[in-house]
Formats: sequence, C-alpha cells, structure tokens
Amino acid sequence: MAGNLSKRGYTAARGGSMVSDKSKLTFWLLMAPLLIWLVTLIILPHVGMFLVSLREKVGVREYETSFANYQVFFNEPLYWNTFARTAYMSVTATALTLLIGFPIAYYIAKLTRGRTKTTLFLMCLIPFWVSELVRTFGWMILLRETGVFSNVLQYLGLVSGPVEMLYNDAAIMTGLVYTSMLFMVVPLVTTLDSLDDSLIEAGYDLGASSFAILREIVIPHAMPGIVSGCIVVFMLSLGNYLTPILLGGKDSLWFTGLIYSQFITRFNWELGSAFGFLLLGLSSLIVFVGLKLSGQSLTKTMGQA
Amino acid sequence: MITGIPQSGTFKWTYRAYVTLFFVYLALPLATVCVFAFNDSVFPSLPWEGFTWAWFFGDNAPYIGVFHERSILRSIVTSGVVAFWVSLLAVLVGTTNAFLFVRHDFRGKGLLYILMLLPLIIPGIILGISILVFTSSVANFLEDATGVWFDGLRPGLVLVILGQFSFITTFATLVISARLQKFDPSLEEAALNLGATRWGAVRAITLPFLYPAMGAAAVVSVLMSFENFNTTLMLVGSDAPLTITMFDRLKLGSTPVLNAVSLLLIVVSAALGLASLLLQKRKD
Repeated sequence: MAGNLSKRGYTAARGGSMVSDKSKLTFWLLMAPLLIWLVTLIILPHVGMFLVSLREKVGVREYETSFANYQVFFNEPLYWNTFARTAYMSVTATALTLLIGFPIAYYIAKLTRGRTKTTLFLMCLIPFWVSELVRTFGWMILLRETGVFSNVLQYLGLVSGPVEMLYNDAAIMTGLVYTSMLFMVVPLVTTLDSLDDSLIEAGYDLGASSFAILREIVIPHAMPGIVSGCIVVFMLSLGNYLTPILLGGKDSLWFTGLIYSQFITRFNWELGSAFGFLLLGLSSLIVFVGLKLSGQSLTKTMGQA
Repeated sequence: MITGIPQSGTFKWTYRAYVTLFFVYLALPLATVCVFAFNDSVFPSLPWEGFTWAWFFGDNAPYIGVFHERSILRSIVTSGVVAFWVSLLAVLVGTTNAFLFVRHDFRGKGLLYILMLLPLIIPGIILGISILVFTSSVANFLEDATGVWFDGLRPGLVLVILGQFSFITTFATLVISARLQKFDPSLEEAALNLGATRWGAVRAITLPFLYPAMGAAAVVSVLMSFENFNTTLMLVGSDAPLTITMFDRLKLGSTPVLNAVSLLLIVVSAALGLASLLLQKRKD
C-alpha cells in the first residue's frame, strides 16, 4: 500500500505516472531558484574573476589577455612568500587543532554520558555562535601589552615590565586554533560516538595496550571525522582575515590581507583577482587531495555539516 | 561510556585536568570581554577601576554607552535589515532546493548537488571579491549601454545581502533537506486520496512538517549573517553592518563600549544558537 512505498519507489511513481505538464512545471519552478542562485552568484562571478585575472593593463581602459598578473606573483618574493607562509601556518594550525581537540572529542564521546555529555557539547558550541570578531577582541584584551596576562605576570613578579604578547606568530596561531576548534571537535565527536564501545573493550581484553587500541581501533574509525575536520579547519585558516590582521598586526603577512589591499587600497583588481584565484586553487587542491587520500566524497563529508 | 577498562588514577586525573583546562581556554576570551564591559575606565584593560553600567547607559563623554552611541545603533539596525533579507531569501530558496533534491530525480542531479555544496568550501573573501568583480562589470556594461546609473550593483547593502545569501543558502538547504527526508510520504498520499490537490496537500501537510526546520534555518541564517565579516568586508558601501563598524573601531583602539556591544552579541547569539538547536531537535 501507499504507506509501504519506499522513498525511491515514491519518487519513481511520481516521476513515472505523473509526467504531466503540471509536474514538469513544478520541477522547473523548483529548479529556477537553484539555477539563478548558482549561476548568478557562484558560477558567473568566478568565471568573471578568472577573466579579470587574465587581463593585463596596457593603457587607460586598454587591456590585453595574458598571464602577466600570475607572473607578477611568481616574480615578487613578497607575494609568494606570503602565500607559502599562509599555507604553512594554516597546516600548523590544523595539526594543532587536531592534537588539542582529539582528546576532548574522545572524552565527550566516550567517557561521559547523558546530561554531562550534552552540557559539555553545548559548552563547546556556544563560543562559536559568537562572532569571530568578539572572540578575537577577547584575545586582544588578554594578550596585549596592557592586557590581562601581562598584568598578571607582573603582579606575580615573574616579569619586571609590561610584556607584549600580541603581534607575533604565536598570537596568530592561538587565535586560529581557538577559532577553528569547533569545526574539529564536532565531526570528531560524531564519528567517535558511532564507534562501538565493545570493540575497544574487546581490544583491551585481548591484551592490547592503550596506544595500540588508539592506533588500531579508534583512529581508523575516526578517520572520516578527522579528514572532514582537518579540511574545514584548513580552509577556514587559509581564508581567515580577521585573526591574522588583528592579532598579527600590520605585518602579519597573510594572503587574504594582500588580496584586500590589492582590491581596496591599491585598486588593482586584475592582480587581486589573480591572487584570489591562487588562494581558491590552493584551497580546492587541499580539499581534493584530502578527500582522495581518505577515499571520501564531498557530498558525504560536507553534507553532514 | 566505557566502563570496562580500568585506568590508573593519575591518568584519569591528568585527563580531567586537561579537559577542564580546555574549557577554561574556551571561556577565557569571552569572559574577559564581558567583564571589561563593566570596568569604570576608558580603556578595556586592567587596572580594575570599579563597576559601572556607563558603557551600556552612559551619555556623558567619554562615557558614551551602547544605547546612546549613534553609529553603533545605526549599524545594528543595518545588520538587522541585512539579516532579515538574507534569512528570508535563504529559507525560501533553501525550501525549494530541498523539494528539488529530495523529491525529484533528474539528469545532472549529482553535479548540481556538488555545485550547491561548493559555497561551503570557497573562502568568504573570494566569494566577496568574485561577486564584486562580476557585479561591477555588469554595472559598467549596463551603464555604458543605457546611460542609467545602477546603484544596486555597486558596493552597498544590496551586494552585502546577495553576498551573504550566496553561501548561507547552502546551510538553509541542508537543514531543510534533512527534515524533508524524514517526512513520511504516505501522509501526503493520504491527503491526495482524500481529494486534496497536490499543492493543497503540500501546503496543509508537508510545509507544516517543515516549519521547525525552516525556523531553525532562519535562525541560523540570521546568526551567520549578523556575524559575517569576510564576504561583507569586500562588498560593503557606506552603510556599515555591525561587524564592520566594530572592526574599524578595534583597529583604532576604543573604549569599553565595544565590550558592552560584544556582551550583548554573546547573549543574543547564544540564545539564537540554542533556539536553532531546539527547533531542529523538535520531534512530533
């Protein structure tokens, strides 16, 4: 009966028996908003940006098609050094986030239950509903020369004068790890939750050490969560603008900062577009490699977000 | 919860200490921001000069509180307007997308689904500049062709709304699709058997089933729109939303009025976040 129709059967029945003009109309009415959204706000802008990045300015409102903007990038050490530095710092931030977040996720997923579990999970979530700007502002108050940490250290007599802890790479790293933590912990908790406890207990009963259990059972099972967490954290760090600028200061050398200055300060949209494409390329490459290495698909990894 | 494995006391306590430390680390920046909203000093830093409400209600310079600070109030209204339109558009398109992807099979569905997910993996700043470049060239073209000025295609609120909409819709689609997948189609079939039209059945049965998810999607959209910085930064014109105003103030160094705004933001976003969770969890 109708109630027993599976979803697939249901769709097929509707698709098969009702190929009327009306259902075709419904289909296209549903398709239209999707296509308008994707074509005008995602596809065309990116194609347009790519075309602009291939434009070389040869005179007032005169352009030629060439790779000149990309050549500028490779010929100017400041540009590709910043690019490499941004990538390297993002990888480090991802690794640190994983190292710090994994034990927390394991604790929440495996060592707590019921109300404690929900509370801890919510406590992880709340900071991330708050604007990144507010979180970064908090770190500024803590780390700056007149800030809380500096005052506490002076009060304890550990240092004699004010200490500036802002405007260095460690401050950027602190901010990046803080900002990305949720995106690591949530997928990890989800995958670890689905690991059957008896597998861990069986491993223990068979005499495996804690380390062996972690390596042979827990980590392989958590791999999908680790991969999707790492991909998201890496992307967020790479594309981050606020944290490096506010915590790293003017000379923080972050690639998004270069893009911003080409667009807004220098008004060199051609070079800015080329930079944008390079950043997009790197970020897509990492996502692609991450998914390939772990044998996952984008649909599966991101669909659960 | 694993109980079968005995662990040494030291290990257990070290582990607990680590978890505690982690949550202190999570709470520390936010707590600091909140505490300094009440410091009776013109700088958000130590020493502690005593408790005051001035950063909320004060109207004597330099103690101008949030509720008397025009530029901040105006940018809150701007953010509210942007968030309203973004969430309205995102929920509408998210709902039609959900019906399309859950209810229809068609050629190229897989490809379209991946395209729909793409905004998640495009850095916000890139979304911003690509839309800026594209709309500017469309505006240039139209202005050259017609001689009419196209204000909506130049940096400003319309572009900010479009820019945020371009990626928030993906989230709305995912939230609403997840709920539509759980819908029991036989309920709709029953309505059809009882003589309802297809649209009537959808309106009377399916949409009410989706309302909690649509509500959750709307709340999430408002939250994401209010907080968005990267995409907005590239598309903003003269009317700045709250995050942009706060960023400009932060770079210059400002009074604890920013702490007061932040405190309000923390309270409101935590409440909205919890609301979205409750809406998504609601069962019937």
